[in-house]
Amino acid sequence: MAEFLSLHDAVARYVDDGATVAMEGFTHLIPFAAGHEVIRQGRRGLTLIRMTPDIVYDQLIGAGCAKKVIFSWGGNPGVGSLHRLRDAVEKGWPHKIEILEHSHAAMACAYEAGAAGLPLAVLRGYVGSDLPKVNDQIKFIECPFSGERLAAVPSVRPDVSIVHAQKADRHGNVLVEGIIGVQKEAVLAAKASIVTVEEIVDDLGVEPNACVIPGWAINAIAVAEQGAYPSYAHGYYPRNNRFYKEWDTIARDRDTFTQWIEENVMNAGGQA
Amino acid sequence: MSTEYTSAEMMTVTAARALENGMTCFVGIGLPSEAANLARLTHAPDVVLIYESGTLQTKPEVLPLSIGDGELCESALTTVSVPEMFRYWLQGGHVSVGFLGTAQIDRFANLNTTLIGDYASPKVRLPGGGGAPEIATCAGEVFVTLKHSKRTFVNDVDFVTTLGFGRDGKGRDGVPNIGKGPTRVITDLCVMKPDPDTKELTVTSLHPGVTKEDVIEATGWEIRFVESLETTPEPNTRELEVLRELKERTARHHAGEAPGERS
Repeated sequence: MAEFLSLHDAVARYVDDGATVAMEGFTHLIPFAAGHEVIRQGRRGLTLIRMTPDIVYDQLIGAGCAKKVIFSWGGNPGVGSLHRLRDAVEKGWPHKIEILEHSHAAMACAYEAGAAGLPLAVLRGYVGSDLPKVNDQIKFIECPFSGERLAAVPSVRPDVSIVHAQKADRHGNVLVEGIIGVQKEAVLAAKASIVTVEEIVDDLGVEPNACVIPGWAINAIAVAEQGAYPSYAHGYYPRNNRFYKEWDTIARDRDTFTQWIEENVMNAGGQA
Repeated sequence: MSTEYTSAEMMTVTAARALENGMTCFVGIGLPSEAANLARLTHAPDVVLIYESGTLQTKPEVLPLSIGDGELCESALTTVSVPEMFRYWLQGGHVSVGFLGTAQIDRFANLNTTLIGDYASPKVRLPGGGGAPEIATCAGEVFVTLKHSKRTFVNDVDFVTTLGFGRDGKGRDGVPNIGKGPTRVITDLCVMKPDPDTKELTVTSLHPGVTKEDVIEATGWEIRFVESLETTPEPNTRELEVLRELKERTARHHAGEAPGERS
């Protein structure tokens, strides 16, 4: 049964140094507030999993939280590079990180397999790509029925998954609306899960086929108003595209970045 | 047709014309998205556009900045999860054409969006594969659009993120359940298609005012031209009007967004 905790307490309880952490949200509902809380609590040595690392992982990497990043597209969407990710990979600042990269199809399948409790995901993928040469987690197997050669990747089984959603009811049942990405899969694939929400309501008011994650499948719910900002929450607030563009300048320089983190995360108190 | 146009507009319009009603197009962000929506707003109103964020049959009013802008979801027929998108809709065989951009392309239309230099110590780290590796193999065929330069059109890509026809042009031979691969590449100078036998990209059409020398100068391999080389038809007035309106609308939308004041 989901427990209602403050964001501070949820992160303190479920995100340990050295943990494997997935923060999902496919350009939508990105759990920025939770990411900032992880930075504030000074977690180290994390293996960070995310299909599209985006600005939130750029911040975690630049702040020194990451040991390894598993991803399938690491850029600032529509803008360009993630400069902190690049600085860590190309120049080892603030320290060298390991990267393991996949394609979207493989990672989506790996989350789904994790949610399904399977050890691996099978897909018709990576044909002719060099990615299997640099990622030893990509293998090929023969279909026992047709003989077709198919790609196999291990399922994603994070220690903790963190996602953001629009709302939860008082039992901790969560509604995710709009672009739903791999949020449900991420929660179900993980040993523990934290869901941050914009608000708690009496009644979710859902249609029969809405994307609802039951409260009994979630460990902790934390209210984080504007918790996906500067990404967006469908029905609540738009994506701040201007900030995504500004981030390019902020993150390009180590000092500017460090100052930004100090001012907007470390000294921002409860929610940033 | 006397209206003036830029080489970028020529590229977008030519790319748009590659799409037709009846196609289901998996759209990459950036230039492909611009071209695909121009097609939808002009000659191909019934072309089905889908984006990897899970938005099926979307009709955005403005071009998205990211692959998951709310606009794509609000104007879509329906929005599915990302695993469903890749497994059922793409791998399941419902996409007739994938429309991709790239950072580097080589003579056999292999695409590199991973890095420049060596993998262990890259000169430039690029975003990575995203949806492209499977879009390029699971879609019926692939269109590629990007600006033409020696930096982007190289003899051999540094890394094959996404299969064109392999390092030797034979990368798709004998592979079951695989699409045709890149069938045309549209740049700001010309249109290229793979040679039917060797699969080497060959120029089939030059844009108006572009010479063979211009293309040779901007290509990192000894580029070949078909014998019956054509001149690409110019954009018409309507296409240019619709494209300019779309871009203006998009710029206004993205610039005018509230900075999202925080409490």
